[in-house]
Formats: sequence, C-alpha cells, structure tokens
Amino acid sequence: MAEGKTIIVKIKRQAGPKEPVRWEEFEIPWRPNMNVIACLIEIAQNPVTRDGRKTTPVSYEANCLEEVCGACAMVINGRSRQACSALVDHLEQPIRLEPMSKFPIVRDLAVDRSVMFENAKRLRCWVPIDGTYAIGPGPRISPERQQVAYALSRCIFCGNCLEVCPKVNESSDFVGAALLNQVRLFNMHPTGAMHAHERLQAVRGVGGVQDCDNAQNCVKACPKSIPLTESNNDVNRQALLDAIFGWMFR
Amino acid sequence: MNPTRVILIGGGLAGLMATIRVAELGHKVDLFSVVPVRRSHSVCAQGGINAAKNLKGEGDSTWKHFDDTVYGGDFLQNQPQVKGMCEAAPGIVDLLDRMGVTFNRTAEGLLDFRRFGGTLYHRTAFAGATTGQQLLYALDEQVRRFESEGKVRKLESWMFVSAVLDEGGVCRGVCAVNLRSGEVRAFPADAVIVATGGIGAIFRQSTNSVACTGSAQSALLQQGVHYANAEMIQVHPTAIPGEDKCRLISESVRGEGGRVWVPKTPGDKRDPRTIPEAERFYFLEEWYPKYGNLVPRDVATRAIHKVVHEQGLGVDGKPMVYLDVTHLPRQMLDVKLGGVLEIYEKFVGLDPRDHPMKVFPAQHYTMGGLWVDNERQATNVPGIFAAGECEYQYHGANRLGANSLLSCLYGGMVAGPAAVNYAQNLETSAEAVSSEVFERERKRQEEIYDKLRSQEGSENPITIWKEMGETMTRHVTVTRYNKDLVAADAKLAELQERYQHINLADTARWGNQSLHFTRELGNMLVLARLITQSAALRNESRGAHYKPEFPERDDENWLRTTRASYENGEFKFQLDPVDTSLIPPRKRSYKS
Repeated sequence: MAEGKTIIVKIKRQAGPKEPVRWEEFEIPWRPNMNVIACLIEIAQNPVTRDGRKTTPVSYEANCLEEVCGACAMVINGRSRQACSALVDHLEQPIRLEPMSKFPIVRDLAVDRSVMFENAKRLRCWVPIDGTYAIGPGPRISPERQQVAYALSRCIFCGNCLEVCPKVNESSDFVGAALLNQVRLFNMHPTGAMHAHERLQAVRGVGGVQDCDNAQNCVKACPKSIPLTESNNDVNRQALLDAIFGWMFR
Repeated sequence: MNPTRVILIGGGLAGLMATIRVAELGHKVDLFSVVPVRRSHSVCAQGGINAAKNLKGEGDSTWKHFDDTVYGGDFLQNQPQVKGMCEAAPGIVDLLDRMGVTFNRTAEGLLDFRRFGGTLYHRTAFAGATTGQQLLYALDEQVRRFESEGKVRKLESWMFVSAVLDEGGVCRGVCAVNLRSGEVRAFPADAVIVATGGIGAIFRQSTNSVACTGSAQSALLQQGVHYANAEMIQVHPTAIPGEDKCRLISESVRGEGGRVWVPKTPGDKRDPRTIPEAERFYFLEEWYPKYGNLVPRDVATRAIHKVVHEQGLGVDGKPMVYLDVTHLPRQMLDVKLGGVLEIYEKFVGLDPRDHPMKVFPAQHYTMGGLWVDNERQATNVPGIFAAGECEYQYHGANRLGANSLLSCLYGGMVAGPAAVNYAQNLETSAEAVSSEVFERERKRQEEIYDKLRSQEGSENPITIWKEMGETMTRHVTVTRYNKDLVAADAKLAELQERYQHINLADTARWGNQSLHFTRELGNMLVLARLITQSAALRNESRGAHYKPEFPERDDENWLRTTRASYENGEFKFQLDPVDTSLIPPRKRSYKS
C-alpha cells in the first residue's frame, strides 16, 4: 500500500446492542469516485485494521446506492447523512463513521428505524381507497398542487431529520419532521383530506406536533430538500384549527 | 370462505400488489423482505409506467401497446398474457392515481404522459423522474393500512432460503433466516408467491440495488422450479459508470428530448459545449431516423458499443458517450426530470443542465426468470407462484422502458387471487402437514449455515463475487461469442470450487452480513452458470441476445422458450414453442 494513495477510515463498532463500543481504524487503497459504501466493501474484502489486526467486516444497511431508498444513513464526520452519496474526495480524513444515535443499535453502523414505520401506522399515513377494482380515475389535481405534493412525497424515511432534532431523545416520543410531513402530504390529497381529522387527532397526541420547538435542524439535514419546517408549521396550524373548529365539520 | 395463509417473498411493487390483493380477499399474508419494504429496489425505477390511455389525441390503443411490447421483445413472449397486461394498464394507472401517486398533471388536471423507447406514442405516466419510488410508496401505504388491521404480518429482515416441499413435492411453506439474530425458521403457508426482483448482483456493477441478488430464484431452481429464457439480460444504454454500482440515467431523459452523441473526431479534447453541431455525431438519430434517440434499449446499447468499440469514438477515448439535455428549458427539466438529474449532479459533481452527461451501458434487468404458466403466474411446483422481474413471461427478448412497473403490478394482481384460489382448493392445508416436514427442511438449512461458518480455507466472498461479476459483464452481456461463453462457464465452475474454501472472517450469529451474503453468493454462482449456458445454447440473435457468429433471428429453430431445470448439479434444457397466435412474427427493425 506504500506507493498508492490511501484513505483512512475510523469506524465506531459494536457487535450487538449489549456489547462494548470500540473504534477501529482502516487504511484502504484510494480509487477515483469512491464513496463511503465502496470503502466498506473494501474492508469486507480485507477485514484487517490499520495496525494489522484481523477483524470482522462492518455491518451496515444499504440498498439502492443512489439516495432514493433511505437505507444507508449514518453519521459521517459528525454529520448525519446517506453513505452512498458521501464521496470520499469531498470528505476530510480520517473519515469517521458512526451509527445514528437516536435509534436502537443493531450492529456496528446498522440501526433499527422501525419506529418511523410504526408512527406512520399510528398517524394513518395513507389514502384510504375502497378497493383495487376498476372504479375509474382518481380526482383531478392541478399541476401546481401536484408539484407541492411531489416534493413532500419524496421523503425516503432515512431518519436524518430525527437524528439532528433536539426534541427526538430518550425522554420524548416526538414523531419527528418526516412523519409530520407525511401528515401534511395525506391531508392535502383530495381523498386523504376526507380523513384529515383522524390524522390531526393522532398528531395532537403523545409525541405529536406540539413537541416541535422549531430548531430547524431537520430541513438542513434532509437529503431530498423537503420543506420540513414549512410542513411542521402547516400541520401545527391544521391541528390547532381542527381542535378549535373541527367539530363544526363533523 | 376458508381463510388461507399466503406467504409473499419480496416487498417490491409486485409483492406489495399481490399482498394487497390477497388481503383484500380476506386472507392472511406473511410478507417477507430482506429490507424494510419501503426501501425495495422498485424505488429506483425512474421514467414511468406505460398505459395506452390515449389522452393526447394520438389514436393510441391497448392493441398498439401490445404490438409495441411484442415487437420490442422480438416475439419471444407467449402473447395472450401480454395482451392481458396491456389491456389492464389504463385501469392500473387509474388505481395508482386513486391511491394518491403524485403523477405529473396537465393544465386540465389530468395525468400527463411522455414518450419512451420503442414506441411513437405518448404512453408513459410519470411522477417526476422517481416514478417507481412514488408507486412503491403508494402500495407500501396501502399495505401498512392492512397491517394496522391485522391482515398482513410483515417479516422484514428475514431472508428466504428455501421452500418447504412435502413428500408429494407440494410447497407447504418456506424456510427463512433472520438477518439480525441468525435464527433459521420454517413458516407454513398454503401458497407462496415469489416476488424477489432482479439479479443485478450477479453482474456486480449493475443498476440494481444491493438486495437484487437472484438468490431466492436460484434456491428455487435448485429445488425443482423451472427457469426460462435465462440468457435474456437487458443492458441499459445510459448509466453512470461507478465503483460500487452503475447509476441509471432514465430513458425518460431521451423521452423529453435528450440527445445522445459523440464528437466526430476521435479523442476530441475540447469541452463538449464548445464543439459545434457539425462536429457532433448524433449516431442514433442518424442510424434510426424514425425512432431516433428512442430506439429500444438493446438497439441503443449495441449502437453505443459500436460507436465506442468499433469506431473508437468514445468520449476522451474512453467507453462513454454524451447524453445531452443542455438545449432543453431548465424549468421543464426540473419539473419532469429533476430526480434523475439530481443523481448525476450528486454523484458526478456536474450539473447536467449545463454539462452533457457522460454515460455508458450497464446491466439493468433480466427478461428471463422463473417459469410460470400463462394465466395464473404459477410455477411448475404446486403452491409456488411468481410475479415481477423474477419471472419470465412479459418481456421476451427485450423489455421496453416503462413496462417493468406495469408487469410487476399486473403480475402481482394476477398472482394474488390465483394463489388464494389454489389454496382454497387444497385437500389438506399446510396446518395439517406433519411438523416433521418443516423441521427436516429447517435442519437442512441450518446445516448449510453451520458448514459455511466452520469451513476452512483462504478464499474471500467479496473476491469471488467481484470475479464472477467481471466474468459475467465481460462475456455474458451485450456481445456474446460461444468460445467466450464456454470459458466463462469454466471460470464460474472454478469459482464454485473456490467457494468451498471461503473462510469467513466473522462467525458470529448476530447481524453477520457477510455470512448471509456468502449464502447468497453460492446461489448467485448457480444462476450465473445457467445464464451463461443458456446464452451458449441459443445460436441466433434476438433482442438483447446478440451473437455476431449468428447475426440473424432464426424463427425456425429458435422461436422457442429455453426452459431449464436443475438435476443433480446439472441443467437440463427443453425448448418450448412460443404462442404467437395473436401477432405473427415479423422482421424487427427500427430504421424506418
């Protein structure tokens, strides 16, 4: 490795939820256009630390590798982001990799984000349809409205917005910006809007919209540039109006 | 009604649609997926979904869609089921629209449609350039609704390893491994639907997601399920070459006016933006004036290979061509193609609105897959059904763009009720089957894992994987020579031998990804050999399968489905006639 350019990667490791934490350092050969995932594959091919100790390949989640599935979120050089779009040449070295801290650890860089999907269930994040049989087209929607909805619906459930949120912590059940954004999305769909009250009722419950204290870290961490603070505010307003005037419309 | 239990393997579009259909009929579903279903590979589909709704006054019809699909597939499909899919397409898009998919709209508030490869009509409905993501989300949300009602149980982070077959060869459930705990468990079911998607990992650098290994298909093949047209592999013309994967640049970029070109001067060092029109070679437009940049993928890919490898005109002398949208209005690009241009921007670091993109073909899709009968999506093994990319029946020798989302959804719509119908007519349900049947299979799988964990040697799974991918990409993609195919198969056999000497650096049970990957790798090698041997067998050129030694399509000998079975470590091939009863085969040419 002496002649070629190399990359130094430091990884926070943990063999399981109850196992001790340790840091390991790797030195791997540099090639053009590498991302963090390519580094992790390289380590799997040669699982030896920088000081020559044999170790195990690193566990991590990944799937699409083009920042559309949301799987590979981790904390890279202190910033919560997707590993696939973290290009080595743009990162300061040593590259420090840590698992997200707001979710239960599985192993190494892999965490369990199922709480987000559970909350999607609780907040009824879907458009209820009567059935899959042929009953004609959906409601007409203006191109302007579609553009707003599309931007919201690109959320990949990566959890970066939860990771950076001061209100998402061990002593709070705050659902986080991603989920409030989902409520906004479904409440603005013509069919979804017919059931807005159910969602708003749920969102006023434990860990709901009132827990957001407007730190605005979420919107900066979102890899899909979703207007999350706008969504938070919008849902907050809707929830308030629903609480005060909702009875008139039921 | 007797409620039955159906197992779904895979939570992409096909699996979710089948799940919805089974749950809607009042039956129980166990939905297995290696990733949380919302992260399935369907999210990567960009361009759109075809449906001949004829909303642009062009006189499009479902028959024309059917004809384009069959012609695009070079007549290798059994036609009746393809016709059924094209006829169902407008209704499927309506259904998605009702589910809240954020399709792009016209000023009147109706669905907008764009052009795609292999057709002259605006037939593709789209949601920006992340249509697959939007469709998958809509279905994921519907499934979550059924889940909250207790009709669907999700088993995420469980990987299918085998089917449980009883003495009579009937499928009674599956064996799966928990990717976190390492536990191997058998699950009973009256019917199993396999919807495990693509096989890109066999080629390593493909456009597919990490989970697309083809391991499940291969495991089933080894248990007696037939596999058809394995040799039919689609190489997409436009992807960003990459170290960890090749990132797709959607055909919709050309559908919206993107142009493919190379400088006329070999090795031209100038900034592409400064090269005058007269010094650019728009080879697709020149060679295929009628379809231009929207020729089907196999045709475009071969043209790019020709211009790069035979004419030496690759950009900077490298295997790359320009895909150019710099002449198109920015606002339109943002609204219709934002998602895909963003991928180029993020991973290459240049804004494609200002700089022509550099792209090259990459493995993208398998037209071949598990053999299924025409009407029910049923494999040859009783109780096993298949839908989506993992089965073979809709795309023949070449898939048209924007037909994959459609075939996933249609296949899932058919497979769900078909599996329920089968399950309801069973004489004995899975619950009545002796627990020994399940325990025997569970033990067999456990032993395979134990062997992998304890085996000694000096081989590394990633090394073997990389060598397999290199071999497959080099010899079993765009241009195929029989002597290379024979050599590739020998190389794969050598890798299978070396596989026996893999020494896993990690023998833990908990969260051991390399262990599960290695398990899949063994299956990938088997499927890689089948693809290679099928390609060697078919001595003609048809669709994506191109052999310079046999440059013409040969209907007399090869208008046949290559159907393989696996017995004692060997593949047996049978050649089935193709049902061309609706559209007689004609010469395929996109020149005029």
